Amino acid sequence: MQFLFKTAYTDDIRFLARTGEKIRVALVVILLLAAPFMLQDYYLAELGLLLVYAIAGIGLMTLTGHTGLVSFGHAAFLGIGAYTHSILLSKGVPFTISLLITVSFSAAVGMLIGRSASKMFGFYMAIATLAFGILIETVFGEWSSLTGGHQGLAVPDLIVFGLPLAKAWQQYYLDLVLTLLVIWGASNLFRTPTGRSFLAVRDSELSARCLGVNVEWAKIQAFGVSAAITGLAGALLAHHLSYLVPEVFGVLESLKLMLMIVVGGMGSILGAVFGAIFVSILPVALSFLKDVLPASIGQTAGLEPLLFGLIIVIVIVFEPLGIYGRWMKLRFFFESFPYYRKSSYVRQKSYLKTDRMR
Amino acid sequence: MSVAKTLSVRNLSIEFGGVHAVEDISFDVAPGETFAIIGPNGAGKSTIFNLISRLYTPTAGTMHYGEQDLLRLPAHKIVHAGIGRTFQNIELFEHATVLQNLMVGRHSHMRANPFLNFAFLPGVRKSEIEHRRKVEDIIDFLEIAQYREQKISDLSYGARKNVELARALCTEPTLLLLDEPASGLNNEETDDVSFWLDDIKHDLGITIVMVEHDMNLVGQVADRVMAINNGRLLAIGTPDEVRNDVEVQRAYLGVAA
Ligand SMILES: Nc1ncnc2c1ncn2[C@@H]1O[C@H](COP(=O)(O)OP(=O)(O)OP(=O)(O)O)[C@@H](O)[C@H]1O
Ligand SMILES: [Mg+2]
Repeated sequence: MQFLFKTAYTDDIRFLARTGEKIRVALVVILLLAAPFMLQDYYLAELGLLLVYAIAGIGLMTLTGHTGLVSFGHAAFLGIGAYTHSILLSKGVPFTISLLITVSFSAAVGMLIGRSASKMFGFYMAIATLAFGILIETVFGEWSSLTGGHQGLAVPDLIVFGLPLAKAWQQYYLDLVLTLLVIWGASNLFRTPTGRSFLAVRDSELSARCLGVNVEWAKIQAFGVSAAITGLAGALLAHHLSYLVPEVFGVLESLKLMLMIVVGGMGSILGAVFGAIFVSILPVALSFLKDVLPASIGQTAGLEPLLFGLIIVIVIVFEPLGIYGRWMKLRFFFESFPYYRKSSYVRQKSYLKTDRMR
Repeated sequence: MSVAKTLSVRNLSIEFGGVHAVEDISFDVAPGETFAIIGPNGAGKSTIFNLISRLYTPTAGTMHYGEQDLLRLPAHKIVHAGIGRTFQNIELFEHATVLQNLMVGRHSHMRANPFLNFAFLPGVRKSEIEHRRKVEDIIDFLEIAQYREQKISDLSYGARKNVELARALCTEPTLLLLDEPASGLNNEETDDVSFWLDDIKHDLGITIVMVEHDMNLVGQVADRVMAINNGRLLAIGTPDEVRNDVEVQRAYLGVAA
């Protein structure tokens, strides 16, 4: 263990205080930058996709892991991002402007949802966000004049500043730059008042309020930031899919996002990245499993969602400390349903007293 | 720093489904005074704090802090009026560090703009460092430097109490509401609390309203005491006057003995 001598307040603000951390992060960034020289196009595209999911994971993490608000319909924002961006591109809007509009629009929808959701607790919010997800998927399917409906929508080619990025490595670098930007920005958010107010709302709405945090507004902001980041991931995802159909942004995808952050570890940006790695490896493990299992089980439709659900349940139940296991507030939501608001006022932290006995 | 004002509560009442938790209570707390509220369990002491904090809205009565009508403020604006508080059950941000907790204590003095924060512009950095310095003063004052980087969930009960007091001080209050600052503490820790309360009063000039069961501590630090039972006022006066009040002895000390 390294002992840190802090000599200035700026030492606290720095992200990477320890030398070991600095070296590790530098190594990962170098590896990511060098990836195009080492990987074939197929794997490079997969890596790019992983980065896109890491962005989406950070989006949901901001909401669920950092602010303690559940969303079981977050794929809707992925879809809103993908469709808005593709539609704008096909109308001839340049890439950067389209991306800006897409992110702003996602944020606006997120804040609208946040406005209603900020008045709900635990279970109700879970149901409401799930319903929102299903609604948006239906809209993608039915509004065929705009979205191409179930026929699908072709995603225009990737052209940035008039420069066609047709090669796998070019798209990969675009994904990488935006991923690093999101990680940097999200980390900034959580070392400044906005992010701290999110953490405060997660851990104690009561004292957050008494310290001057407008709890409702903080929740709306958290939904906005989360939706903006997830919408950005959606726009990048569109270029990987090259063809959009509503089913891609359904309940299963929302479940996958939830799985990512639960397995990765609640309440940390790194957890979202771990989660993205996990869900990227999962299909490989799954296809392997399908071969091993007897055909009657292995070929059953719905094995994937079942497994997703199962892993989420197992992780929640056993709460592994190893991977940033911080499920506390969320668990409290469900445990205390539907009395959350009331019980948060009465004596419940009796463990504090027994703490004295040890 | 702004100066302390008079807290005046008039005919304050609140009901919870027919239970009169607080009924027709009036009192004034002068600037710089240390005012204690005592009473048996369930008397309505914490409820008075929650009313002043605007977490509850009274069914009747008024509350003013100086010229400011507290009923006109939402809960999150109370701190801007200069009123800080702690909670009976300790409401810290469990999964954040001590420093993060204290920095949330500075929230009412900082600007929280998501765009500026996301980009961490130079102005944001400057403000972080400036407020970090203020936090450091409080850390020194309450001698909690050794916990700075620790998660609240890793702290002992006594340390948590100190951190919560520190966080309330970080808001730069002129009136501090302390809900049982010494409950669950051992004698030594209680002595520390008494010492700090003295400093908070004399060095920082902060008005203190505290709920406390420990009559020794109350006798040591309080200028005046208000005793309540079943939401009703029993007596108000110096610690000795209240201690010797017949009603109080029957309701409160009788129960405690
Ligand atoms: N949110 C609430 N809903 C319903 N009843 C409440 C609520 N808050 C307080 N009460 C009731 O009001 C009464 C006074 O409670 P309060 O917490 O103010 O007591 P107290 O004097 O602080 O007691 P203690 O010494 O145990 O802390 C109790 O009967 C309590 O059950
Ligand atoms: Mg109480």
